[in-house]
Amino acid sequence: MPREGIFVNNPIERLSGGQVRQVHDASIEILNDPGLLCFNKNAAEIFQSHGAEVTTVSGSDTPCWTVKIPEKLVTDALEKAPKTVTLGARNPDNALIMKGDEARVFFITGSETNMWLDVDFPTYVNKSDPKKEIKVPEFKPRRGTMADLCDSAHVCEHLETVDGYIRTVNIQDKDITEDNKDVNKFFACLNNTTKHVMSGLTTLSQLDNVVKMAEIVAGGPDKLKENPVISFITCLVKSPLQFVDDTTETFMEVCKRGLPIVVSSSPQAGTSAPIKEAGIMAQINAEVLAGITLGQLVNRGTPVLYGSVPVRARMDTLGDSYGSIETSQYNIDCVQMARFYKLPNYSTSGVSDIKIPGQQSSIERLFSDIVVALSGPQFLHCAFGLLDCNSVFCLLQAVLDDAHFQMIKFFLKSPRINEKELETVKKQIREVVMTPQKMFINYIRPVMRSGEISPPYPFEGDGDSDSVFALANERLQELRAKPVEHIDPDTTARVFREIPGLLPRLNVYKGDK
Amino acid sequence: MSGDIIELIKENVIQGRVTRDDEGIEEGTIGQPGVTELIKEALASGVDVSDIINNGLTASMKVVGQKFENEEYYIPDMLASAEAVGAGMQLMEPYLAQSGVKPKGKVLIATVKGDLHEIGKNIVSILLRGAGYIVKDLGNDVETQDIVKAVREEKPDFLGLSALLTSTMVTMEDTIKALEENGLRDKVKIIIGGAPVSEEFAREIGADGYGADGFHAISVFENLSAGNSATP
Repeated sequence: MPREGIFVNNPIERLSGGQVRQVHDASIEILNDPGLLCFNKNAAEIFQSHGAEVTTVSGSDTPCWTVKIPEKLVTDALEKAPKTVTLGARNPDNALIMKGDEARVFFITGSETNMWLDVDFPTYVNKSDPKKEIKVPEFKPRRGTMADLCDSAHVCEHLETVDGYIRTVNIQDKDITEDNKDVNKFFACLNNTTKHVMSGLTTLSQLDNVVKMAEIVAGGPDKLKENPVISFITCLVKSPLQFVDDTTETFMEVCKRGLPIVVSSSPQAGTSAPIKEAGIMAQINAEVLAGITLGQLVNRGTPVLYGSVPVRARMDTLGDSYGSIETSQYNIDCVQMARFYKLPNYSTSGVSDIKIPGQQSSIERLFSDIVVALSGPQFLHCAFGLLDCNSVFCLLQAVLDDAHFQMIKFFLKSPRINEKELETVKKQIREVVMTPQKMFINYIRPVMRSGEISPPYPFEGDGDSDSVFALANERLQELRAKPVEHIDPDTTARVFREIPGLLPRLNVYKGDK
Repeated sequence: MSGDIIELIKENVIQGRVTRDDEGIEEGTIGQPGVTELIKEALASGVDVSDIINNGLTASMKVVGQKFENEEYYIPDMLASAEAVGAGMQLMEPYLAQSGVKPKGKVLIATVKGDLHEIGKNIVSILLRGAGYIVKDLGNDVETQDIVKAVREEKPDFLGLSALLTSTMVTMEDTIKALEENGLRDKVKIIIGGAPVSEEFAREIGADGYGADGFHAISVFENLSAGNSATP
């Protein structure tokens, strides 16, 4: 049985049906005028061979073509693109089945941050009363490593609400090079979680090694097609409306291999997209549609996710503001657009602008997590542990986020009001109102044990103290102590034999005979 | 026979079943006799009252207390068991004197004048009965003079006063003064409780104890019963 995620009964919508249509029409118009700037020759030729108007841009430092995509190419691609995408997993019970017309949300980690945030709890003594001591969390950023990635994948394996795993941290060990990064990061993830693994590629030259590794882990090429234990994300679009040379090439090569891929666009309202909602929506939708179109032209039936990571610019620095309210609005709009096309949506929530866990972080991430989850995206990424606008990952924050998502999942349970329930409670009311105590406490007990009552916040402190961080840290250490379900020894041996570039220290069986 | 029925009483207290219509924690208990039916049967069969109390009710509440401490049971479970014990004790009240079993004490309890909130008071009543006290509940919005009259007539060991509102908590002080004026203050231990009151407030108005919640209140009653201070 695949993972259930959480079904959103009545997803919230910001756009009316008419507004969705208007955004679509504007995107189609934009794809024709001004069209795309394509820096990848192969992609430009594919578009041209299917009827797009392609013109060489003169005077550009790098080869570049304008591509005007006719509406029919887009609508054909939308018809061809699968409406259900399966993301497999090492443990088939962790597979994710995403239907474009079903608002079933899966919560996924992400994205690749450079910085890893450690937490310590030093003791501080009150100067005026040395007997008074308090422990205060201290957060220390440092560059992410392979060990951190393994640690994170293992902890996320045990976080109940994490449905799938996008590598959370960029591995920056000294022995990691551009050529060996991809195989090592995919193996580190696959070897430490049995959930679905998604990642980007650092270099196209490693795609076949990564796919071969996934085939070995899945049990063969056919098994990988049935149970795609990995998927890819490529940022082929650079806003506004540019297809980048190398990522577009990577995107097309992944499509040729038929593995699931996210067509992701991340425009920033105010700088790389218009500040107005209508503007960023028309543009991001055009950018994603262009990517989906290219993918279906390269390989009809390629499983794609409509990937949207829109964000508003901060007015003080013009950097990203994931914590802004508009960012959540754009994401909800994108969920609606994807649903309009009946394609599964890769959406974003839960990223805070602040660098460390705390009140601002909790407010920003919980706000976006709630409202975006309520809109019913199928693949809700970035949802665990991300701080400082995707620059910092903190496992302690991921543990706190897991508690947030348990609340959200509980909230999204369908109401249980029906004739049978009403008959039962009417009987209770009639009985209790005639008793001297007039209390319904006796009826709590079976309900309490059936899971119908929401659990208390797991990190609630005693009395007057706020012990959230300390208790979450205890939970983190408990999760770290849990066993790791590694890939079996024979498969691991085969992976290390056949896939070049893997670091021997990742082989957990290397000391075994 | 005696052992079997005592064991059944014990099991049903642990399940929190007052009557045969109650659900227990385990499924399939509805329709089976609850604590009240079993005690009636035991009394009719001549089972010793002290045996029922000591080996049935008190022993089972120890098990319930352990389950609560182990986080296997929650407050509603404790209350259900306490309610079952309370109902059983009520049935046995007429037999207590002749059996030589002495209740832990007699408690009058009330929500003071002007205050209609009684959930807290009701929970404490259930827990007190479950702990072996005889409880007379005067209700809510009770006139101060009615409380004084009840103390004079019922001669309780304890008076429990409850209030939820900042506007009614002051009536607790009026009640204590009225008891003083009627020469009854030293005849009864007074324990107060409710959201707006505190240990400090209890001291200020001359109460003997303060219960922060239902379980704390029971420990205060137990401490005072044993002749200790409210919070030793």
